[in-house]
Amino acid sequence: MTVLALIEHDRGRLVPAALESLTFGRQLADRIGTELEAVTIGSTADGLAAHLGEFGAATVHQAHHELLADFSADGWADSVVTLIGTGNPHAVVASGTDRGNEVLAHVAARLDAPFVANVLPTGLETGADRNSPWHLTRVRWGGSLHERAVLHADVKLMTAALHRVDAERADTPGPATPAPFLPVLEERAAITIVRDRVERTAGVTLATASVVVGGGRGVGSPEGFAPLEDLAQLLGGVVGCSRAVTNNGWRNHTDQVGQTGTRISADVYFACGISGAIQHWVGASGAKCIIAINTDPGANIVTKADYAVIGDLHEVVPAIADEIRRRRD
Amino acid sequence: MRVLICIKRVPAPGARINLTADGQAVDTTNLGFTMSPHEECALEAGLALVETHGGSATALTVGRPEAEEQLRYAASLGVTSVVLVPTDGNDWDPQRTARAITGAVEHLEAGADGSFDLIIFGNESADSGGFQVGVRVARALDRPVVTGAKGLTVDEDVASIRREIDGVQEVYELPLPAVVGVKEGINLPRYPTMKGRLTSRKATVDAINATGEAGGQAMVTLLSPPEVASHLVVLGDGVTAAPAVVDVLDELGLL
Ligand SMILES: Cc1cc2nc3c(=O)[nH]c(=O)nc-3n(C[C@H](O)[C@H](O)[C@H](O)COP(=O)(O)OP(=O)(O)OC[C@H]3O[C@@H](n4cnc5c(N)ncnc54)[C@H](O)[C@@H]3O)c2cc1C
Repeated sequence: MTVLALIEHDRGRLVPAALESLTFGRQLADRIGTELEAVTIGSTADGLAAHLGEFGAATVHQAHHELLADFSADGWADSVVTLIGTGNPHAVVASGTDRGNEVLAHVAARLDAPFVANVLPTGLETGADRNSPWHLTRVRWGGSLHERAVLHADVKLMTAALHRVDAERADTPGPATPAPFLPVLEERAAITIVRDRVERTAGVTLATASVVVGGGRGVGSPEGFAPLEDLAQLLGGVVGCSRAVTNNGWRNHTDQVGQTGTRISADVYFACGISGAIQHWVGASGAKCIIAINTDPGANIVTKADYAVIGDLHEVVPAIADEIRRRRD
Repeated sequence: MRVLICIKRVPAPGARINLTADGQAVDTTNLGFTMSPHEECALEAGLALVETHGGSATALTVGRPEAEEQLRYAASLGVTSVVLVPTDGNDWDPQRTARAITGAVEHLEAGADGSFDLIIFGNESADSGGFQVGVRVARALDRPVVTGAKGLTVDEDVASIRREIDGVQEVYELPLPAVVGVKEGINLPRYPTMKGRLTSRKATVDAINATGEAGGQAMVTLLSPPEVASHLVVLGDGVTAAPAVVDVLDELGLL
C-alpha cells in the first residue's frame, strides 16, 4: 500500500507544481505510515527520478510507450490505471493544474471512482484502515470558499490545490528506484494525441511578472490603457485587467486576472479602477503588495489592499509614471 | 450539426461569499444568479458552430427549477431547445451530476433528432469546481474528450481543438461525435438581442427526470476561508499621492 504521486512535466521539463503535489503526497504517506512512490509518463521524463528522490520518492515508476512522447490525457490516465491495477495504491495525488485535474478526471472516469479536485493540505483525516472514509478540505470558487468533504473510495484520487503546499525536500531522501513499465493504452490514446505543438518563447508573462498594472471598468476604453502600459513598461511589468474589461472587448482575455483568468504572483499589483469582486481577488491575492487606485474609498479592493490612492486613475497613473521618471533622471 | 451545451446556475457573489447558518449553502439573499464565464463561452462556441455548419444547439442544465432563468438566457442567445434535469436543490457530487447528464443525453439522443455531434461543457463549474463532469460524461458515452479548449473549429467530421498550457500550445483533432470543455477567452460571448429576449420568454423548457446515483464524494459543510487581516495604508488623494506611491516602489526595490 502506497501513496502514488503523478509527476507533471512537459517533455521532461518538470512543472513546479509537481514538487508541491509530491510534497503533499509525502505528507499524506507519512500520515498513513506508508511509502511514497512517484510516476513519470514518457521516457522524456526518465531523467527526473533522482530529483524526485530528494523529495522522498522510494520508487519512480516510468511509463514507456511510443504514444507518450507528448502529453496525452488518455495516455497518462491509462498509465496511472495500469499502475493502480498492479500496485493497488492507497491514494493517487496529482497537481491541481489544468493537466493534473484533467488526467485524474480521466482516471476516475475509467474506474467509476470519485475524484476530489484541489484539496488543501490542512484538515486531512485519513481514518484507521483502507476502507475508512477520509475527510478533507478542498477549495471552491477558485479558492474563495472552502468545503469539508467526505470521500468513500478504495483508491483515493485527488489533486493538491495550487500553491497551498511549499515544495520541500524530504529529511531522508528516497532511493527513487526507477521502475520502467509498459502501460496498457486503450485505442483512444492513439486518437487524442497532440497533433501539433507550438512552444511560446515566453517573455514576461502575466502569471510570473514581478509588476502587474491592472485596469478595470474604471479605465473606460481600450485607449485608456495607454498610461497603464507606460507605467508597466517603466517597471518592467505587464498590464492585467478585470473581466469587465475583457467582456467589453477592450483587451484580450490573456490579460484577465482572476478565477477564470490568470493568477498572478507579482511583487506589486496596481489595481486601477477595479472594484475587487471575489472572482478578481482570487487571481490578484497572490501578489505580495497591492496598491489600489480608485475613486471610491469604500471599494472592496481598497479595503483589502496594502496601499490605496483615492482618486481618478486617469490622473493618478500618469502622475506616478512622471514621478518615477523624475527620480530616475 | 447537432450541438449540446451544458451549463450550471450559480449565484453571482460580489465582494464576499456569505454562507447560510447551517453552512450547507451560499446565502443567496440579495444575490443574482448567473453561469460561469466558461459556460457563456461554451454557448457562444456552440452557436457559432451552428451558424457556420447549420443544425441546432440545445442547452441543458441539472439544477433547481429556478435554473430555467439560465436556460432562457441561452434561448435568448439563439439556442433552439432547452432542457432541465431537475434536482432537489441539494449539492450533487460530480459522479451523480455526470450520471444524470449522461442519462439525459441518452434520452435526448433516442429521439428523432439523433445524436449530438458535439457536447460542450465549461471547463469547470464556477462554484464547486470539480474539473470532471465533462470527462465522465464523455467516458460514459464512449466519446473522445479534450478540456481547456481555447480554440474550436469543425471540418467535416473532425473537431480541431487548440489549448494552451504553461506556454505550450497544443492542437488536438477529435473525430465526431466528441466532447469538449472550453475556457473563457475562446471567444467573446454575444449579448441577447431584444428579439431574442422576447422569444426566449416563450421557449418551452423540456424536463427530463434523470436522478443519477450518488457517488463517493459528499460535501459535509462549506467554510469561509480565514480572512486576511487588512493593513491598509491610504497614501493620499489624487495626484498628490504620487510621490508616496513611488516611495513604496522604492522601498520594494523597484526603482
Ligand atoms: C464565475 C465568475 C467568474 C469570474 N471570473 C472573473 C475573473 O477571472 N476576473 C475578473 O476580473 N472578474 C471575474 N468575474 C467578474 C467579477 O464578478 C466582476 O464583475 C468584475 O471583476 C468587475 O470588474 P471591475 O472591477 O473592472 O468593474 P466594476 O465592478 O464595475 O468596478 C469598477 C471600479 O472602478 C472604479 N472607478 C470607476 N471610474 C474610476 C476612475 N476614473 N478612477 C478610478 N477608479 C474608478 C469604481 O469605483 C469601481 O470600484 C467573474 C464572475 C463570475 C460570476
